[in-house]
Amino acid sequence: MSSPTLPPSESFKFSMLLSDTRYRGMSLQVITFIIFMAVFFWLVDNTIKNLALLDKDVSFNFLWLRAGYDINQRLIPYTSDSTHGMAALVGILNTLLVAFVGCIIATVIGLFVGILRLSKNWIVAKLMSAYIEGFRNVPVLLWIVMVFALLTEFTPAPRAFKGAEPEATMLFFESVAITNRGTYFPAPVLAEGAYWLLLCFGLSIVAVIYFIRYANKQKKDTGKSLPTFWVSSVLIVFPTLILFFAIGQPVSLEYPYLKGFNFKDGIHLRNSFLALTLALAFYTSAFIAEIVRAGIMAVSKGQSEAAASLGLRPNKIMSLIILPQALRIIVPPLISNYLNLTKNSSLAIAVGYMDVRGTLGGITLNQTGRELESMLLLMGFYLAVSLLISSFINYFNRSFQIVVR
Amino acid sequence: MMTKIAFVRKKEIPPSAPPITEVGLIGWLRQNLFSSWLNSILTVLSVYFIVIILWDFIPWAYGGHWNTKSLRECLDLDPDVACFSVLTARWKQLLFGLYPAEEYWRPTLTFIFLLLAIVPILFPKFFRFFWFSIIYPGLAVWLLWGGSFWSISIIYVGLTLGALFFLTLIRQYLKNYMIAVILAFLFTSVFFLFISNPLVDLLNVILPISLPFVESLKMGGFTLSLIVGVTGIVASFPIGILLALGRQSNLPVIKMICVGFIEFIRGVPLITLLFVASVLLNYFLPPGTNFDIVLRVVIMVTLFSAAYMAEVIRGGLAGLPLGQHEASASLGLTYWQSQRLIIMPQALKISIPGIVNTFIGLFKDTTLVSIISLRDPVGLASTIRADQKWNGIYWELYVAIGLMFFIFCWGMSQYSQYLERKLKTDK
Repeated sequence: MSSPTLPPSESFKFSMLLSDTRYRGMSLQVITFIIFMAVFFWLVDNTIKNLALLDKDVSFNFLWLRAGYDINQRLIPYTSDSTHGMAALVGILNTLLVAFVGCIIATVIGLFVGILRLSKNWIVAKLMSAYIEGFRNVPVLLWIVMVFALLTEFTPAPRAFKGAEPEATMLFFESVAITNRGTYFPAPVLAEGAYWLLLCFGLSIVAVIYFIRYANKQKKDTGKSLPTFWVSSVLIVFPTLILFFAIGQPVSLEYPYLKGFNFKDGIHLRNSFLALTLALAFYTSAFIAEIVRAGIMAVSKGQSEAAASLGLRPNKIMSLIILPQALRIIVPPLISNYLNLTKNSSLAIAVGYMDVRGTLGGITLNQTGRELESMLLLMGFYLAVSLLISSFINYFNRSFQIVVR
Repeated sequence: MMTKIAFVRKKEIPPSAPPITEVGLIGWLRQNLFSSWLNSILTVLSVYFIVIILWDFIPWAYGGHWNTKSLRECLDLDPDVACFSVLTARWKQLLFGLYPAEEYWRPTLTFIFLLLAIVPILFPKFFRFFWFSIIYPGLAVWLLWGGSFWSISIIYVGLTLGALFFLTLIRQYLKNYMIAVILAFLFTSVFFLFISNPLVDLLNVILPISLPFVESLKMGGFTLSLIVGVTGIVASFPIGILLALGRQSNLPVIKMICVGFIEFIRGVPLITLLFVASVLLNYFLPPGTNFDIVLRVVIMVTLFSAAYMAEVIRGGLAGLPLGQHEASASLGLTYWQSQRLIIMPQALKISIPGIVNTFIGLFKDTTLVSIISLRDPVGLASTIRADQKWNGIYWELYVAIGLMFFIFCWGMSQYSQYLERKLKTDK
């Protein structure tokens, strides 16, 4: 019986760096790294040379200089005497405002459309498909300018509300005015004691959370379900309502009213903001509807049949069996669509809404001539938002993964 | 004892017709539209909604004017109907931008050739015409931008020579792919650096074939959308595959570069990248370089959608069972062989919907170039509205542009559904 002999050990040859699988990966990486660094330094070197030619330096001091331009829609105090840094902050808040409101509207419509598209009602299902295909297959920029045109061209001017027999009337008991200069809503005015109301409301929410925990524990221990929905509704509504009347209605509404040729008071939402938010929300809702539909369809039919054979009622099957499984599929793409909405909000410039690209990446960039610094900051902001959200998705995926073996 | 049987049926009774509420039109209506009170309400609401939309839209569109000189004239004739005259007057601009009028045949021919070139790719029946799809990019560049025919075709000559050189090396002299690739690369570079220019000059003297040169800023309208969109789609696909493989790779340096690139591109809006292309790129290139704005935009759009493509394909790769990798390795296939024969065909099949969605997204995103003041259809719409004659026109233009985009994007999504059905191997 012959013992296996080892192959004669080869001496190291230079060509083995490329042909031998033991070294090939390493040498490939070294080559890539060298090329990458070379390109990187080439770019940096070019930038330094170009800046020297233009007699510029890299400095972020411009953020503390006077901006000198006005921003008509702002969430924090800002005047043209504020700094460029302040202008950038106003822009960031405006971006986040559009993103936040847009995501909420998009989710509500998307959920609604996605579920209705699965409806057995032929005409409703077709109508919803038309909605989805219509919004998905036309560029969002076109939707933004179209909604803007709709809001500015097809709404009455404020002076149409004037006179004994006005051409236009305010909606919802004379409280909301839709005009070509924007939409006016009543604004809440907090009087003394309003903070007690907020406190009371906060306490009710805490109470509801504790009650739901208690109800879940009861269910686990005894199998009995408590009427969670009714109890929480009562807990949320009544204490605050009773307190509201008990301490003399400390919150009132300030209605917008016509003065001269324009509306005064109330909350004024400009058409630029409305058009951008609504268009982004409609556009994104079409994608969300498809995600919701796919999520619900992905839960296999056997799941609901098995649940039914266990004797669960249809609404319990939905809330205990289908939704928890569908949500696991729905949530990650849903969040990445929120991210897309946030990034698409940079199209604000098409309707003149001052988001962070309009202030920091627009007027500030043009006035100070600091293209490099402004673009770096702008990209840094979007990158930070995006990385934050994707790390959340990763966290969600890890904690909700189906545990196998 | 016999009982007298009064009646015995000899024939079977034909089954009675189902109730009228269960079959035919009424049955269909009952099942699909009025199965419950909730459904009935929804049906009535939907029908009401459709009717009020059509009630306004059909007379508006059907009675539209096509031959007036300005919006004013339209409004004088009948203010309640569409004024499509703006399309009659400006359709050439919407399609071709500022392209010289006597050269309109060039973009038109390029578009017809585009349709011919994608047929072999879309339908395997016609795969024998694939050579045309390979020639097409060069042909399109020459037709659109013009210039000497030889300076484009020399690129094909150089690449073909390089490929032949590589194949000869592999077949006859060398065993190692990587060294052969490097040598072939050197050979091709030498050809382009030293031989191609004199050769082009010579050919231009012997047989001058050329078209008048058209500069990039003249391109616009749907021609521009298609140039940016189609080039981006074609180029982003292979780059996306490479990035996806790089991200899955077990070589840390390559993996890190790919992850960094993908996350960076996906983290910022396309519009900031376009601004980099139009404003900042001059900083990063050697002083004095200034290359074509359309090319810059195409590069940025390509990189942008390549990153998204990479994520979609990575999803497909992750969807494959690990056994496929192991099985192909145990058959003795090399990395690239197993990718080409086993992994990619399956991974790409899984990711078809995502890939096509990325394509559609890219095509729609071409409208963003209007923000860096290139003349794509959306940008042209504002140019046209700035004209005194058409000031105040909205819907006619927007509906026309939206419809064009809808046709392209919807066509792509329909094709992807057809492809999914065709490639379905289970059930």
